[in-house]
Amino acid sequence: MRVSASTKINTPVGVVWQIASDPERVLNFMSGMTRWEVASEPSTGLGARYRVLMRIGSAEVGGLIEIVEWRPPFDLAWHSVTGLDQRGRFRLRELSPGSTRAEFRLAYGVAGSGLSGWLAERVAAPSVQRHLGRSISQLSRLAEQEHRRIQAQERRRTVSQA
Amino acid sequence: MPQVEITQAGRHNGQVRKEASPPPPHSGGPLSRLRSVAEAVGAQVKMRIPRADLDERDPDFIRERLPLLWLAATVWYRGEVRGLGNIPDDGPVLLVGNHSGGNMMPDTLVLVLAFNAYFGAERAFYQLAHNLVLSMPWLSDLRRFGTVAASPENARKALEAGAALLVYPGGDHEVHRPTSQSNRIDFDDRKGFIRLALDQDVPLVPVVAIGGQETALFLSRGEWLARLLRLDRMFRLKVLPISLSLPWILNVGDMLGHIPLPAKITVEVLPPIHLREQFGEDPDDDEVYDHVTGLMQDTLDALAGERRLPIVG
Repeated sequence: MRVSASTKINTPVGVVWQIASDPERVLNFMSGMTRWEVASEPSTGLGARYRVLMRIGSAEVGGLIEIVEWRPPFDLAWHSVTGLDQRGRFRLRELSPGSTRAEFRLAYGVAGSGLSGWLAERVAAPSVQRHLGRSISQLSRLAEQEHRRIQAQERRRTVSQA
Repeated sequence: MPQVEITQAGRHNGQVRKEASPPPPHSGGPLSRLRSVAEAVGAQVKMRIPRADLDERDPDFIRERLPLLWLAATVWYRGEVRGLGNIPDDGPVLLVGNHSGGNMMPDTLVLVLAFNAYFGAERAFYQLAHNLVLSMPWLSDLRRFGTVAASPENARKALEAGAALLVYPGGDHEVHRPTSQSNRIDFDDRKGFIRLALDQDVPLVPVVAIGGQETALFLSRGEWLARLLRLDRMFRLKVLPISLSLPWILNVGDMLGHIPLPAKITVEVLPPIHLREQFGEDPDDDEVYDHVTGLMQDTLDALAGERRLPIVG
């Protein structure tokens, strides 16, 4: 099953990337996520691993994931190592110098589980979709706040130098 | 060497068992005939009880069945599990739960789903169950989930293997308690779990569930009926529960299960208790028992306080 959510963020792509790719900030914007723990050294980049859990229905599902694509500031993708079969991606594209299109994709399933797996994927989809939608909205808010903070810092530096 | 004839009925899982000795004759009458039938069934059941084989647990099977468990727990029971982070991430641990819901065990279903989803099916997790449960042919898949017959030896084996082990000290006494006693922790003064935790030196994690006794109208444990039919001697059963449940309406024994009502099941996992740290090198069993059951009762009272209506939650 594949779900996705996207939005336009009035912030340079580099700022959005800094937040989306930082494992210490993921829980600040990911809706439904109950755990995002670093499980490797280094903690970012290709090959980094995290233990992740998302509350869906009666269970917190997830497992160990590994970053398989790392292309700053545009693409970050992972796939599951253990637990629920999943592939996720943050896809960031610059619309203009101060504007970014951000997309969050998630494909998940349980191989070999037959009809019950097929049904469970579909029953879970609205809940997962809601989590993705809220996550991308919260990423947008965080990124725009961060951008304003950076701009304010720049202005203060300019004034103090003057 | 004397020849011992091994019949087909005497084989089980490759283990050879001799035919059970015929029961002593009864004097006659319907009650005696009922006892004879029960004794014969009991003999058959005993032959079917498998020896615990921890290797029967199958993580791939569990993983493939998790979606079905998830559908049942989410859609039917609207299950909610809190506090799984209180269970140590690895190593042996003894989960001690209150048991509800008759032979359909909705609380176990919700907890097993949540545990395997949270820690992964790769983490060894076993559950102790009454012999009768494992002797039912239609429940043989439970062994692949890690269910083993309840005995001190099996419990020790599971913990020595570094697994998480779920036990229900209240067992059949608690799981078939009347619905009017839903919100009561009742281990029937069984303290074996304390000795087990101390002997194996493992943390004890209380697990409290609510909602199971609302999945049917449980009327009586039927202890008098079980005594009358001598079920304790034949099946180690002290109860023959009586309930109103679908589709049987009047359900005596619950041997074939029932269709549970969609009561909301909430499970709360409490912080681990390290018995020697908390109670000294040689803890008093009664003191520990009172502490654990008191803690669980307080939690159950709080969970009951959250519920607005029976079944609805």
